Amino acid sequence: MAASSRAQVLDLYRAMLRESKHFSAYNYRTYAIRRIRDAFRENKNVKDPVEIQTLVNKAKRDLGMIRRQVHIGQMYATDKLIIESQEKPKT
Amino acid sequence: MLLRTAWRRVAAAVPPVPGPGPEAPTRGLRLRVLDHAPQSAVPSDTASAPEVESVLRPLYMDVQATTPLDPRVLDAMLPYLVNYYGNPHSRTHAYGWESEAAMERARQQVASLIGADPREIIFTSGATESNNIAIKGVARFYRSRKKHLITTQTEHKCVLDSCRSLEAEGFQVTYLPVKKSGIIDLKDLEAAIQPDTSLVSVMAVNNEIGVKQPIVEIGRICSSRKVYFHTDAAQAVGKIPLDVNDMKIDLMSISGHKIYGPKGVGAIYIRRRPRVRVEALQSGGGQERGMRSGTVPTPLVVGLGAACEVAQQEMEYDHKRISKLAERLTQKIMKSLPDVVMNGDPEHHYPGCINLSFAYVEGESLLMALKDVALSSGSACTSASLEPSYVLRAIGTDEDLAHSSIRFGIGRFTTEEEVDYTAEKCIHHVKRLREMSPLWEMVQDGIDLKSIKWTQH
Repeated sequence: MAASSRAQVLDLYRAMLRESKHFSAYNYRTYAIRRIRDAFRENKNVKDPVEIQTLVNKAKRDLGMIRRQVHIGQMYATDKLIIESQEKPKT
Repeated sequence: MLLRTAWRRVAAAVPPVPGPGPEAPTRGLRLRVLDHAPQSAVPSDTASAPEVESVLRPLYMDVQATTPLDPRVLDAMLPYLVNYYGNPHSRTHAYGWESEAAMERARQQVASLIGADPREIIFTSGATESNNIAIKGVARFYRSRKKHLITTQTEHKCVLDSCRSLEAEGFQVTYLPVKKSGIIDLKDLEAAIQPDTSLVSVMAVNNEIGVKQPIVEIGRICSSRKVYFHTDAAQAVGKIPLDVNDMKIDLMSISGHKIYGPKGVGAIYIRRRPRVRVEALQSGGGQERGMRSGTVPTPLVVGLGAACEVAQQEMEYDHKRISKLAERLTQKIMKSLPDVVMNGDPEHHYPGCINLSFAYVEGESLLMALKDVALSSGSACTSASLEPSYVLRAIGTDEDLAHSSIRFGIGRFTTEEEVDYTAEKCIHHVKRLREMSPLWEMVQDGIDLKSIKWTQH
């Protein structure tokens, strides 16, 4: 596989955020979105291609995990939290 | 009714799932938000706009009682609940081998979090079992020469109860008092150690008030006096850095469901160099080095291992975030309300456990008023009784303040919105309850409550 380009990393970032928005549980949803943003931001200045590839591989695995867990969460979804009815659900 | 249909539509808008049926199973406890006049014993919240009747769950702010499973942990566990269901002690086929490999991998993950060797980790059913093994096991093994144990007054019930049962067997136990800050006095510990002391047990982070005991100093003292040091680290593992060699810890109890892992699993760390001998409590086929017989529950220990690995990666990020949120919560509450006391040392304190006492307000009524937030006053294992917490009594809190204490727990998944909501509701209800309180009225008039002579009619 060719070294990950900026475009690929951004695609991965967008895919992860998009998928995380579908978490049925408020706490998981907000955590996933926040953590993904912070993790990509924290690593944005990494230059070493080997390290970048390691991080990208980990992110791909995490994307798979998010997809599975979103699915499971939806299958066993329950009522919303009291706080979700009061705010505009933007996350 | 309309809102319900709206919620269903929202739920259906997410990608259709080939699951058991389109109905969202609502098995959980429901919280009805009423829009008409209050009819329950607890006056309803007038601050919220009259909403259409809906069923909403409370916010979870009780992470010291238990924590939600991290999705990464569930993801690691599921294969072992679905397909890889072998017994890890079956030595003759692939099902057993793959299960054993997973168990050993989990052991390595747990060991790596606390700086131990995997051979020093024994899987148990939880921190309570680990505490029992540590205290009873060590005491009984050395019973011929050593008959004395030392612990503190603020330990978890399982530690205190184990010590009590050992007293019935003829051991002597010293229960060290704690200072007002909740921390033990190291001089008391040094004075209490006798030539026939076998074990000192002090918890790392208290589950009710969040104080951090001086583990490094205690380890140094115990090692110099050749006494084994056990710490119940159920609330500390994965949240603050722990190293069994730096801190000279000989035994450590770990709980799965306090670190975003599954319930029903835990581990005990038992030092091998120098070897700590422990008499096994559970007899059987000799699994777990003979220390804890019984089939090791592979899915659960895989979950524990995954939780430990995630905790190791996320410790710094979580700690920073939780500290910020804790600061936000306490500042909000203490700025808006007078006569609020934070229990426990403010400096040697784990930020995610905040125990506040609201003077002139009854704790149970505040908890019931805060029905939208899942909170606790005192630990879950003692919440059935009406007595105020023994931990608060040990730190010298007045009876009335002890009855008015609430424990706020902030964890990995707590959001800023939840903290703000909790703070606002808390402030609102404390003010409301104080308005109704005759004691508060008297305090406002300048009367010193301690000087009142309460008479009977």
